[in-house]
Amino acid sequence: MLTYSIRRVAYSIPVLLIASFLLFVFVRTTFDPTARLAASRDPQVRIREQQRLGLDDPLATQYGRWLKGAAQGDFGKSEVTRDEVSKTIRRGMGNTLQLILIGAAVSCVIALAVGVYSAVRQYSALDYTFTGLSYIGVAMPPFWFGLIAIQFFAVRHHWLLSLGLHSGDSQGFDLDYLRHLPLPIATLCVQIVASWSRYERASMLDALNADYVRTARAKGLRPRKVILKHALRNALIPFVTVVALDFGALFGGLIITEQIFSIGGMGRVFFSAIQQGDAYVLEAWMLVAAVLIIFFNLVADLLYGVLDPRIRLS
Amino acid sequence: MTSPLEPVLEVRDLHVTFPSDDGDVHAVAGMTFAVHENETLGIVGESGSGKSVTSMAVLGLLPRSAKVTGSVKLHGHELIGLTDAEMQPIRGEQIAMVFQDALTALNPVFKVGDQIAEAIKVHHDVSGPDLERRVVGLLETVGIPNPKDRAGQYPHEFSGGMRQRAMIAMSIANEPAVLIADEPTTALDVTIQAQVLEVFERIQERTRSSVILITHDLGVVAGTADRVVVMYAGREVEMANVDDLFYNPRHPYTRGLLASLPRVDGSRLSRLNRIKGQPPSLIAVPSGCAFHPRCDDAEVPGRCDLIRPELRTIEQRHRAACHFAEQLPPLSTTDLSAAAGGEKTTDHV
Repeated sequence: MLTYSIRRVAYSIPVLLIASFLLFVFVRTTFDPTARLAASRDPQVRIREQQRLGLDDPLATQYGRWLKGAAQGDFGKSEVTRDEVSKTIRRGMGNTLQLILIGAAVSCVIALAVGVYSAVRQYSALDYTFTGLSYIGVAMPPFWFGLIAIQFFAVRHHWLLSLGLHSGDSQGFDLDYLRHLPLPIATLCVQIVASWSRYERASMLDALNADYVRTARAKGLRPRKVILKHALRNALIPFVTVVALDFGALFGGLIITEQIFSIGGMGRVFFSAIQQGDAYVLEAWMLVAAVLIIFFNLVADLLYGVLDPRIRLS
Repeated sequence: MTSPLEPVLEVRDLHVTFPSDDGDVHAVAGMTFAVHENETLGIVGESGSGKSVTSMAVLGLLPRSAKVTGSVKLHGHELIGLTDAEMQPIRGEQIAMVFQDALTALNPVFKVGDQIAEAIKVHHDVSGPDLERRVVGLLETVGIPNPKDRAGQYPHEFSGGMRQRAMIAMSIANEPAVLIADEPTTALDVTIQAQVLEVFERIQERTRSSVILITHDLGVVAGTADRVVVMYAGREVEMANVDDLFYNPRHPYTRGLLASLPRVDGSRLSRLNRIKGQPPSLIAVPSGCAFHPRCDDAEVPGRCDLIRPELRTIEQRHRAACHFAEQLPPLSTTDLSAAAGGEKTTDHV
């Protein structure tokens, strides 16, 4: 298991380097940090600024300099807002991590519960209900769902709140926070819960029909133990893969969710950086996204090793 | 507990039907047999003849959609009609099962030792070093070298033969009264097959269990079984002591199976005999005797396609379901090819 883990971690380093190089090149070739000086009367102003920022160096040199800074958490200053880029990112990440981690956890729990139930009670009334709901969930645009949910739960009934994650001077984990969370989390997760539960249902059905489940029953184990120990343990292995792959989708979904609920997270940082052509923020944002996605893939790989002894040893 | 004359397991008129879109599948159509203490009963038949379904019905492991009627008595207690919860104390403790492909029948994500330990823990309050000692002892019994290290390994780290031994170790963990082995050696090569069968014999000597050995391989049965039931299309067509069955088969199907065995003394140029045709569909079983379309001795039109032959006692402890059971000539080496219809191909049956 140790060699397996070390190898997995080692693999992700070149992946991260390649990803960071590509995203750096994409941003540098499409956004010029000095674009706002294009209208300046004196063309020398822009050239001087480009020299000051080192934009006339070869791309590789620029990349090296940027990567060195990034490794120390220094992404420079935004040419648009004059703020430290790292500060902007850190502020965004705070809210975003809350949404993503709580969202992913809630989604996993619901999808596993629904998937296992639907597989064990295949073709029951509830299984059909879940199937119907998941089709609706997958087909429905999340932003539309978010707006309808706000209209019903926040505007008409005032049960939940729909602006930001905190109101007034409330902070941390309190009732106010709990009233803010459900709507954005639901909007962010409705699609992945729908698809994950379908996936878990399918892999659980596979496991339940497997020979080792028959063996477990022939031993005289109770159905609960057969299902939750022998079948679920195997059905978790493919589930972990989808969860890891969908993390990217979750990150992308933030852009819509944070916009609808006015949450100052990474989604909004991205949105405004694109709109204002804020190259340094964009670079930093994409690097953080890449690190996050690679990190969760790594976690999935390691979980794989924990769950499946055949992978661990190969 | 049981007198030697009383059967340990008694199956009477067992029927199993599965509903399907094309009509009911009558997988088992009236099986009656009994197994005594220390006896090995072979159940032989082609794929789809109902062997495995019979054994699954005994343990109550069939899907809920299956309709099971008849009687299965263990030490005189009826098992058919028991709920799943009532069957749980019996499974693995009174009646245990060895499955065909140990690679898929063992759970890939748990250690072999833990899977065996689980089989004990379900029924007995043992834990810690006691449990560990028993698991290692079981692995030793079935002939696994370094049992202590092996107990900590996963199924994929075992070879095919060792996996099957581990499977057997698991099934005998609670010294069950009845051990059902469903094609236990099918996935193994011949030398390993012999070793695994030898394990069964050794265990039986010690535990005096009743063993039901389900196989399509007459060679396996010849070396291990005391009595043999031959199944065709969900029914018993012949039952006899193993020697009688091999030397004096009274059903054309049994004769066909025997004739299709490759022979050590046969010419290398001669081809294997086969039984012509295909096993029947269990939805539309042929009229009369289910075997008549494939039988060379059949009287068609006549008795064979009109009247279903009942099982009749031919001699002591030998019964067959054929209208002509008594008239069939004794089987000799030269008759072997005739018994299979004289048709020769390279196909295996």
